[in-house]
Amino acid sequence: MLDEQWLPVIFVGLMGFSVLVYAILDGYDLGVGVLLPMRPDDEADRDTMIASIGPFWDANETWLVLAVGLMLIAFPAAYNLVFMHLYIPAALMLIGLILRGVSFDFRAKAAVDHKLAWDRCFKAGSLMTTLAQGYMLGQYVMGFEQSLPALLFCLLSALCVTAAYSYIGAAWLIMKTEAGLQRRSVTWASRCGRISFIGVVAVCLVNPLVNPDVFNRWFSFPLVMFALLIPVLCTLAFIVNDMLLKRLPKANDRHCWVPFVLVTTIFVLCFSALAFSFFPEIIPGQLDIWESASAPESLRFILIGAIIVVPVILIYTVFAYRVFHGKATELHYH
Amino acid sequence: MLETLMLSRIQFAANISFHILFPAINIAMCWFLLYFKVRYDASGNPLWMRAYRFWVKVFALTFALGVVTGITMSFQFGTNWPGYMETVGNIAGPLLGYEVLTAFFLEATFLGVMLFGINRVPPKVHTFATLLVAIGTTLSAFWILALDSWMHTPAGYELRDGVAFATDWWAIIFNPSFPYRLVHMLVASGLTSAFFIAGISAYRIRKGDTKKAPYKTLKIGLIVAALLAPLQAFVGDLHGLNTLEHQPQKIAAMEGVWHTEEGAPLLLFAIPDETEQRNHWELGIPKLASLILTHKLNGEIQGITDFGEDHPPVGPVFWSFRLMVAVGILMMAASWFGLYCLHRKNSLPFWMLKALEIMTFSGWVATLAGWYVTEVGRQPWLVTGILRTADAVTPVAAGSVGLSLSLYLLLYAFLLSAYIHTLRVIARKAVQIEEFETSEPTATGSLMNVGIDGTTNHSVKGASSC
Repeated sequence: MLDEQWLPVIFVGLMGFSVLVYAILDGYDLGVGVLLPMRPDDEADRDTMIASIGPFWDANETWLVLAVGLMLIAFPAAYNLVFMHLYIPAALMLIGLILRGVSFDFRAKAAVDHKLAWDRCFKAGSLMTTLAQGYMLGQYVMGFEQSLPALLFCLLSALCVTAAYSYIGAAWLIMKTEAGLQRRSVTWASRCGRISFIGVVAVCLVNPLVNPDVFNRWFSFPLVMFALLIPVLCTLAFIVNDMLLKRLPKANDRHCWVPFVLVTTIFVLCFSALAFSFFPEIIPGQLDIWESASAPESLRFILIGAIIVVPVILIYTVFAYRVFHGKATELHYH
Repeated sequence: MLETLMLSRIQFAANISFHILFPAINIAMCWFLLYFKVRYDASGNPLWMRAYRFWVKVFALTFALGVVTGITMSFQFGTNWPGYMETVGNIAGPLLGYEVLTAFFLEATFLGVMLFGINRVPPKVHTFATLLVAIGTTLSAFWILALDSWMHTPAGYELRDGVAFATDWWAIIFNPSFPYRLVHMLVASGLTSAFFIAGISAYRIRKGDTKKAPYKTLKIGLIVAALLAPLQAFVGDLHGLNTLEHQPQKIAAMEGVWHTEEGAPLLLFAIPDETEQRNHWELGIPKLASLILTHKLNGEIQGITDFGEDHPPVGPVFWSFRLMVAVGILMMAASWFGLYCLHRKNSLPFWMLKALEIMTFSGWVATLAGWYVTEVGRQPWLVTGILRTADAVTPVAAGSVGLSLSLYLLLYAFLLSAYIHTLRVIARKAVQIEEFETSEPTATGSLMNVGIDGTTNHSVKGASSC
């Protein structure tokens, strides 16, 4: 079982899981950053929004380190290739992550007159990160092609990822806030949902057209019956959520958590579609997981740790979310 | 390629130097916090809670900077040093992986509970969360130093077609230089943190803070520093002997010994000259270097010229080493004298407060200087005997590396000044805040009306005391 055939499959699964968890968890806190309203009288809303992600953002970002770490551990050849091609966008993303990460703390501790400036840094850093990640995703799908159409596709992807993160961020806020801010979040979610939907459709159309392999994979019988379930379910989730958002917030705050679950479902479905398009290739059209995998003795060594530790991580992550359940207005940073 | 190599080296050095500043404080700081919290739980004395509350703010800020600058590191290997992962990825990967799995998630998750959860979980759980964060930061040091030490003294591997494969994980982790380097770094963090705490406490007292907490933390900082400073000298000596055994060329550069000699002097001052392969303006204590390193007055120390081209640049190693030792001696003197004053008169003279304040970041200087000794001393190797730094660098254009490097440097200069400025702001706020007994924490750990800062500004009801 644990041989050269299976180890790469297990690790690409673990890596995919980390990327997905990262996109959902850091997705919502990046989204909250992108949505941060900057008018002077929005200060109370900004405080609540940032309080809602305060206890979580750090652990959320760790999933990125794990995903990149797993790629580095298990698929060093792919890791080298990816970051050689994505040198500048990766640097910009890191600078964005640094800016937003430190703004969290500086805004709370700096002199009062600097707080607004740190809020701007937080928003700008979040936006830089989401745009860079979207751009990198676009480049990845296009196989690092450097042409005008590829560039346009990458820009589209940058916007879509930003919209999708904002969508899940707004859904998070609907769940974690009350009153005026909650109503604002409903409006944000509704708008970002529609933009995300257009983006997802665009990517679905472009991807099979530019990658003939992907086209063949999606439309080959009998898999097509099963594969088409993904876009159908995804569209359904978008529509149901859009209809629900028109009715939110409801009395007694019923269903405030449903949008977040629906958007998470959309994220899972989109990720499955991407995985389905490319697996077992780790760099589309260039490298598969077996060609780029590390030595089995190294993979076995880290796998033992992962099998023991990852469930523990999941357990205490759930514990942390339970400690901070409920509305963010009650969260105090001391 | 040469430009990309030099720029990539500068970038890596800049990133990792800026990053280490924050863990150097926090690895030990978290144990200080745990001590404050445990003392509070045991005694109920609000003094300990005030100390905890003040320092946890500083800790959180430092932690945030450490986390975000650390994320950069995990991308650096791919962006700038692809040869590293190609050659030793089978070893480096799992060690980095274990750091993420066992340390990063633990500290990041429980940091949330530690910072925001004090009135949401029972006091015991909160103290336990603080303990887990402390364990997490220390585990993180364990794994990354295992990897770094392996790069200095590789063991437990075999080379097949120029690529390293693991044969014995125990030997890889506990490679010859690892125990020394780990203890040296942990003690360094203890010293850095102790002077950081003493320095900021001194600043508060000098700004007119008459509360008990800053006096208490000043004293704790000095006691810890006074104990650790001589311990560090001892550990450093052992580490040096270990280096002499495994990387004699590094010792030769540290001591400025160009040609193998017996009874080498301990140089206090010299200007090493790479082209003439000798020192100018030498001032030394005869035979002391030989005595320290070989425990014999006429012991032989191998000279740099014995190693041909494979030796590190002498000047930077030689001077960094002297800087580290000088700061170490200063730390020992300051902490002992400070404690002596406290013992005799129960207070510190004004100039001593000022001196401690100036020494707030002295640990940074010593830690960075020490790291430069060991890492520059590893050159020209990236992994001793396996991979040269020049062979690992990326083919990315020099222009791109120059651009990213400039952006990083600008950002780091900005963040460092913001960090120090904010520490001042936090300290000054703490001076001004009155102590209201009504806002003392209750036995249930409820600290609802605490919050002199940001996130809960609009909901603050009472002033807090720090």
